[in-house]
Amino acid sequence: MTSLNVNIAGVMLKNPITTASGTFSARDSGAFYDINELGAAITKGVSNVPWDGNPTPRIAEAYGGMLNAVGLQNPGIDDFINNELPFLRKFDTKIVVNVVGKTINEYCEVAEKLSDAAIDMMEINISCPNIKEGGISFGANPVMAAKITKEIRSIARKPIIMKLTPNVTDITEIAKAVEAAGADGVSLINTLLGMKIDVYQKKPVLWNGMGGLSGPAIKPVAVRMVYQVRRAVSIPIIGLGGIMTGEDAAEFLMAGADAVSIGTAALVDPTAPVRIKNELIEFMEQNGYRNLRQIRDAML
Amino acid sequence: MIKKIIAAELIENKEIADKVYRMTMKAPQISESFCPGQFINVYLNDKSMLLPRPLSISSVCEDTVTLIYKVVGKGTRKIAAYCPGEVVRVSTSLGNGFRLEDVFNELGGNSKVIALVGGGMGVAPLIGLARMLIKEKKVRGLSDEVVQIIAVVGFYEEPILLEALEECCHRVYFATENGTEGFKGNVIQLIEQNDIRADYYMACGPKPMLRAIAGRCENTGISIQVSLEERMGCGYGACVGCVCKTREKGTSKTKLKKVCSDGPVFFGNEVVWDD
Ligand SMILES: Cc1cc2nc3c(=O)[nH]c(=O)nc-3n(C[C@H](O)[C@H](O)[C@H](O)COP(=O)(O)OP(=O)(O)OC[C@H]3O[C@@H](n4cnc5c(N)ncnc54)[C@H](O)[C@@H]3O)c2cc1C
Ligand SMILES: Cc1cc2nc3c(=O)[nH]c(=O)nc-3n(C[C@H](O)[C@H](O)[C@H](O)COP(=O)(O)O)c2cc1C
Ligand code: FES
Repeated sequence: MTSLNVNIAGVMLKNPITTASGTFSARDSGAFYDINELGAAITKGVSNVPWDGNPTPRIAEAYGGMLNAVGLQNPGIDDFINNELPFLRKFDTKIVVNVVGKTINEYCEVAEKLSDAAIDMMEINISCPNIKEGGISFGANPVMAAKITKEIRSIARKPIIMKLTPNVTDITEIAKAVEAAGADGVSLINTLLGMKIDVYQKKPVLWNGMGGLSGPAIKPVAVRMVYQVRRAVSIPIIGLGGIMTGEDAAEFLMAGADAVSIGTAALVDPTAPVRIKNELIEFMEQNGYRNLRQIRDAML
Repeated sequence: MIKKIIAAELIENKEIADKVYRMTMKAPQISESFCPGQFINVYLNDKSMLLPRPLSISSVCEDTVTLIYKVVGKGTRKIAAYCPGEVVRVSTSLGNGFRLEDVFNELGGNSKVIALVGGGMGVAPLIGLARMLIKEKKVRGLSDEVVQIIAVVGFYEEPILLEALEECCHRVYFATENGTEGFKGNVIQLIEQNDIRADYYMACGPKPMLRAIAGRCENTGISIQVSLEERMGCGYGACVGCVCKTREKGTSKTKLKKVCSDGPVFFGNEVVWDD
């Protein structure tokens, strides 16, 4: 019997498949697949007050991936708790809320409110390349990353997973800093800062100019980073970046991830999370793995 | 689950005007519950083009679905290369189409005119819309004296789908911008020159055209529904890539809505046009 259970910071996920923040909407994704099948649903970034995000175009296609500059449009924490959470709560899956802010106080305000809400974990996004303040400015510097982790840890009454950016020289430094500051886990990677220029219009395709690159094009970078971080810290890792198949998911687990998130794959194939879960089970059965631990230890 | 990705067999994929193709596929899952103005995602086999291409459903007939599209880039070029007998991966219907209920509820009375306004490829969904309006008229027992459907369409150079429109509309007015055929000018000039009047407008086309016609409607207190277009990631509401600014009824509060899943059809007075 193949077991898919995994314990992330004290929260038991029935399988390692989660949705990558910003690529899932309970109502809209739920029209394509059964949300009960997910190990956890990770939400779009939520801030203390509503954010409008960037003007359009926000999306551009790239070879083997896509660029986005959504800019964290969201209805704010109060609207999230009152309108979105009750709907999500109906499903038998763990709920992880992605948290964003422009200042440490803004992050803390959201984390405080979520501590009393019916959620399982928070994923703290210190890695968004699409906003001017906050986001990546915390995630690119180990001192700042440790500082924000410590402050949120001191008030949050749920596990906190710090979401790391790949746009740094040495990701293990950041991972070690947040672990020392009390993070319950890390997720990596967020998008790589990129750009696309329309050579006929002579201007960037995205309104914002630059955007975050995601999809299969970034997978080798993500696998490398998960591999490095696994060897630098002992807290749980949620691995993501370009996972399109069950084999890709297995690759992240083997690199050292405890769970994985499906992002761009779900945009280009709305049923991807469930398909990838089934493919992972098939991979395990065919290759004699009875649980996720065995995949993780396979290369050690 | 309500929505699906399906493999549809192509029946036809034919160039009907310069770079404009008509694609018909067998897809009962789509044709059964079609609302005009809805679109589908076409997923390409080429892994270098990951994002789906959104295309409006032009019309349906029994278990088939017809799209009318223009080759404008590498994705649509790939789509044009499919041959009959091949299978394409498409989504079932996405988005909210035109609200026909609202049209008939508002019209009532007699001698009313519904104008379908289209620009360029925006004419494609008007075929299915016109046919559905006729069906709905029959169901409601409304004769041609009571409700007339007219089409006002504009193109850059080569008009398309005029015959299909003439089959189901009382009158078709058309313009080409460079004057090769029909009236020389754009849709708005065509309306002004011919003093075209209608009691309800339904429009699809480039944003400047929609903005202009919605502005005219606003000034004269006439209702209009518009079908918007925006760059999309997922096409089903998950990525928040495709937003447009809307106004909440009776307030000055604005709200960003998703063109793919809240639209693509909106009421003209709901859209904030100033950007
Ligand atoms: C709701 C909706 C309905 C549409 N219906 C039709 C239709 O019935 N007939 C038709 O000919 N066209 C229609 N379009 C436009 C059509 O989607 C684009 O022309 C097509 O995606 C271009 O793809 P490409 O790879 O050839 O072009 P490229 O420029 O190479 O595409 C690059 C990227 O930009 C996107 N893109 C390019 N142009 C547009 C555009 N105008 N709108 C949205 N995304 C775009 C593509 O999807 C792709 O992701 C519709 C668009 C939307 C949003
Ligand atoms: C459209 C879009 C929106 C995103 N929004 C968020 C977000 O709100 N918060 C966040 O932490 N990451 C966000 N991300 C990053 C993804 O969660 C993920 O880290 C990244 O896309 C890499 O995974 P993938 O290649 O599987 O998509 C977004 C990505 C995309 C494509
Ligand atoms: S295209 Fe993804 S939400 Fe509309």
